[in-house]
Amino acid sequence: MKKNIKKCFPLFMLPTFAAFCIGFIWPFLQGMYLSFCKFTIPKDAEFIGLDNYAKAIADPGFRYSFLYTAAFAVVSIVFINLFAFAIAYLLTQNIRGANLFRTVFFMPNLIGGIVLGYIWSMIFDGILKKYETFLLAETRYGFWGLVILMCWQQIGYMMIIYIAGLQSIPEDMIEAAKIDGASRWQTLVRITIPNVMSSFTICIFLTLTNSFKLFDQNLALTGGMPVKFTDAGTTVNTTEMLALNIYKTFYASAKTRGLAQAKAVMFFILVAVLALAQLRFTRNKEVQQ
Amino acid sequence: MKKKLVSAFLVSTLAVSMLAGCGGGDAGTSGTGGSDAGAQTGGAATDGAAGGTEAADSGASGGTTAAGGSVYYLNFKPEADQAWQDLAAAYTAQTGVEVKVVTAASGEYESTLTTEMGKSSAPTLFQVGNDQAVETWKNYCLDLSGTELANELTTEEFNLTGDNGETYAIGYCYEAFGIITNKALLKEAGYEVTDITDFESLQAVAEDITARKDELGFSAFTSAGLEGSSSWRFSGHLANMPLFYEFRDDNVTEQPAEVTGAYLDNFKNIWDLYINNATCTPAELATKTGDESEAEFGQGQAVFYQNGSWEYANLVTDESKGFQMNPDDLTMIPIYCGVDGEDKAGLCCGTENCWAVNSQASEEDIQATLDFVKWVVTSDEGTTMMAEQFGPIPFKNAKEPENVFFKAANEYIEAGNYVVTWAFNYTPNVDEWRATLVSAMLQYSSNNGNWDDVKTAFVNGWATQYAAQ
Repeated sequence: MKKNIKKCFPLFMLPTFAAFCIGFIWPFLQGMYLSFCKFTIPKDAEFIGLDNYAKAIADPGFRYSFLYTAAFAVVSIVFINLFAFAIAYLLTQNIRGANLFRTVFFMPNLIGGIVLGYIWSMIFDGILKKYETFLLAETRYGFWGLVILMCWQQIGYMMIIYIAGLQSIPEDMIEAAKIDGASRWQTLVRITIPNVMSSFTICIFLTLTNSFKLFDQNLALTGGMPVKFTDAGTTVNTTEMLALNIYKTFYASAKTRGLAQAKAVMFFILVAVLALAQLRFTRNKEVQQ
Repeated sequence: MKKKLVSAFLVSTLAVSMLAGCGGGDAGTSGTGGSDAGAQTGGAATDGAAGGTEAADSGASGGTTAAGGSVYYLNFKPEADQAWQDLAAAYTAQTGVEVKVVTAASGEYESTLTTEMGKSSAPTLFQVGNDQAVETWKNYCLDLSGTELANELTTEEFNLTGDNGETYAIGYCYEAFGIITNKALLKEAGYEVTDITDFESLQAVAEDITARKDELGFSAFTSAGLEGSSSWRFSGHLANMPLFYEFRDDNVTEQPAEVTGAYLDNFKNIWDLYINNATCTPAELATKTGDESEAEFGQGQAVFYQNGSWEYANLVTDESKGFQMNPDDLTMIPIYCGVDGEDKAGLCCGTENCWAVNSQASEEDIQATLDFVKWVVTSDEGTTMMAEQFGPIPFKNAKEPENVFFKAANEYIEAGNYVVTWAFNYTPNVDEWRATLVSAMLQYSSNNGNWDDVKTAFVNGWATQYAAQ
């Protein structure tokens, strides 16, 4: 009986596999193909070779948004994980109302990115008004604004993962450390942190990919403004991240759709490589329990 | 136990966030209405003959679907969605031809059109707004010259044409923009509309009102907000003034590779006047929205409000807004900016509302679409709806609209004033060009930058976007 069922496994897998092919594999391959084409809609794609890739690499706006995204990712990974871990650590110290705090800190995560972007743009403008300036006046306002927004949204989520990690550390291990005379700091650095490395892996992985794929919040908060001219006479949207740059390129005109597609493929490869490298790097540090 | 709870919580939030993600994805296409039957026949019809019989079957009650085609209209104006749905239903009831109307969400027309065109049941009737859109979609635009629809036109001025005289799209309505004026408030300040005939007189009136602002209780201009919902009034419409005069001098008839910005000083004149005589300080412009500006005018806080004929409904008839201004108090005056001979200027008239028929649809569908649009511009129901929703339409059977702004536009034309055409329809990569200009205007207005930034954005930005498009 069991053997018969085992034989049938392709049959049971078929619906999911078909959905995966239709919803993921096929669009992905088509997207790859389109990056070598000139097209208005996918149906009338015309193969033109590597032109789009050459243009994408030469595009100063794209290169700028790559650096901007990388800078944003570094800053936000540090801030989000630092605060998330600190809060998670505090909330596992048996303080009163811990559950309430957890819920409250988690809640921003339930609000959609576009809404958050607009709400925060009003908050920032309200504050900056006091100094007779505004969010879109300078690139750095937009940058730090987005960092604050993302911290506010993501810290709660990462906190939950850290809490789960902290609670899974065996009590006796901590007790043993205490008996051996370890200070609080030593316990934290030598026992707690190595034991929640798997949580760090997940959280850093999530914040890294989230930062690189960030779109809604970027669109709603600054939309890429302010715009600056480069020495070569081209324009650069100074708070535009990669995903927004790709989106804007796609809809700029019919001639730039292939270019946007090429950028998107490069973007995919970049995110995939980064994520895999990061995964491998932190895996090495995990403690096997 | 606790761990289990946490994981259950995590799983449920994951599910919630995924659902939220799906919801967000749907928002883009916001298909409103569109009967199922319409969708079915639309899909089948592209299969040619087989589809034809199916459509005829489903439309048998009407009895006149000899050709068996159906219509799929991708509508551009969300505010006119209901009117189109009703009109489509009326047409189907009369003729049995299925008409599916889908409206793209505001600001999402291009992306919705791109998606829909890729489907097997693509729109048969859609909108191309300017030369750049024609450039994008011309392989899909049927040459409409000589069709019955084209023969109904009273003017071809609003059509979009190709290099060899093809009519790619037919302008089905036109709009006018200028400075909307509250005559009652102007009178309170001691002036008449006829006192304003050029930039000097406009400036004199505005500055006098600003000087007596506290005593009068209102300002000259509404806030010239540069927030996204308002900035197009300036980066698009106001910037039309320097573009128009420059193109008029240079006899420009197609998209130029570069502009000189010869009239940018005039642009500065009027912009300075707007921001220094407004309800708010220039530093506040970054956050002022279009709704705020409209409300300031609707509530009588300012005399002048730069916007277009489409505002009539919002200011006068729309009960939910609560302004319900007296139409007799309203008029529209030209945007004066200090150009020689501008006392003979009229309002800025043009359109971005042009119909194109999908040349790659099946023959039956093309015929059904042409029949439908002809009916829209000739039948009683159609012309009534068009007059209500779109104002005057350039067709022989058009009905007279109530909109006072169009009356003003016509009065200027009848008085022999020149029409300021929509020169901005030539803008390359229009969204990018405007964003650059807004960014520079923001810097200038908040004293973080100077006028040279605006010049750079205007002139160099044009060349950049022309090269990039």
